Amino acid sequence: MTDVRPVEAWDTDFDVLSPEYVNDPFSIWDGLRQSCPVAHTDRRGSTWLPTTYKDVVALAHDIEHFSSEDIVVIPFTGEEPDEPVLPYGVPPISVDPPMHTWTRRLLLPWFSHRKVESYESMTRDLCNRLIDGFLADGHADAAADYAQQIPVRVIASILGVPESLSDTFTGWVRDVLEFADDEERRREGTLALIEYFVTELERRKSEPGDDLLSALLQTEQDGQPLEDAVVLGIAAITLIAGVDTTWSAIGSSLWHLATHPEDAKTLATDPEAMPLAIEELLRAYSPVTMARVVTSDVEFEGCPMKAADKVLMNFPAANRDPEAFEDPDKVVLDRAHNRHVAFGSGIHRCAGSNLARMELRVAIEEWLRRIPEFRIHEGAEVTWAGGQVRGPRSVPVVFP
Amino acid sequence: MKIRVDEEKCTGHARCYGLAPELFSVDDYGLSSVVGDGTVPSELEDKARLAIANCPEYAIEEITD
Repeated sequence: MTDVRPVEAWDTDFDVLSPEYVNDPFSIWDGLRQSCPVAHTDRRGSTWLPTTYKDVVALAHDIEHFSSEDIVVIPFTGEEPDEPVLPYGVPPISVDPPMHTWTRRLLLPWFSHRKVESYESMTRDLCNRLIDGFLADGHADAAADYAQQIPVRVIASILGVPESLSDTFTGWVRDVLEFADDEERRREGTLALIEYFVTELERRKSEPGDDLLSALLQTEQDGQPLEDAVVLGIAAITLIAGVDTTWSAIGSSLWHLATHPEDAKTLATDPEAMPLAIEELLRAYSPVTMARVVTSDVEFEGCPMKAADKVLMNFPAANRDPEAFEDPDKVVLDRAHNRHVAFGSGIHRCAGSNLARMELRVAIEEWLRRIPEFRIHEGAEVTWAGGQVRGPRSVPVVFP
Repeated sequence: MKIRVDEEKCTGHARCYGLAPELFSVDDYGLSSVVGDGTVPSELEDKARLAIANCPEYAIEEITD
């Protein structure tokens, strides 16, 4: 269970699950960039934490020394089963080339610009349905009642699974990603999700639909149908990666707008400000940290990394690096120089980035159109989740 | 002004297309290319500079003869 020892030295004993890091990682990264830009810990195995843009990007591009075969930030400590249900993990995110290359090509067209445009009106309707549910109350939880409800339903539609199970899917994904220190919960969430897709796969073999799962089952690679384990892995990652992440970005953005009414006003009155503003919100509140495994002993920026060490792909810290962004802790809605890496960098660039960006934009547009003025409920507590995905889990707001 | 996309560097973030759809097209895999021969009409030069300054992979460059 949770290692609760307080962190006394962030450079040699960091803990991304400590409340201090979850609530305010920004000042910790600032300190590390000054003193020790690649920190280390032995909590949960030997793990490195880069904090600069230059280092994070260099690591993401060095796929020879830094493998994606284990991308979880908080590793399992228990015994791995002899015959894992998903022998390839969840491709393409958890594999290296050559398997990465062909599995990614199967997935990308489902999230192309053109395809994502076809999901936009459904997303807009969904946002309005959610707002209809609480508008008259004069208050809502912008994270739980709104942000959390959007991406899961869009992904469910792409996968061809019922929207009515959205709460169940959200529960599994949170078990997998957010309660990383509770191994039993995490394992149960993972198994429940896989079991569900095993049943769905069988159903589609006899009754194919026009969804991603059916399409994968009809796909051939080297003249052979895909193995079920590959289809299951892709289905699992589509759900896992498409839910917590985008919901966190929407929640953080609404939290920002609730606490910065001048920015809310700008976006509510000037639709042309939206494209740059969305990128700036993604930069400032990047939700996702990934991980890599060191393949063979290597020295990186003076750090003696050993084979099997973990390296955290700290994209959120890269995006707050003053060497790469002027005044990085300030949200500048019209920031013109913004090479942010919220969706990663290199060959593992988030396959769903177009979808995430559309969902975030539409969610903010519809919220501001219907609720242009809102603020945090006085005395209410905003709570954050962290680890692999950082975002607010409760943002109580009022709009009297 | 003339620009090009380095296809070896582009990994499909599609930031250029989002900011300057007049100047870039993206395929179903997200890979970007310039529209036409990459010549930028003068009224779109600011947008071209914006696209260059927002590419996370440094894949877009201005061609100087």
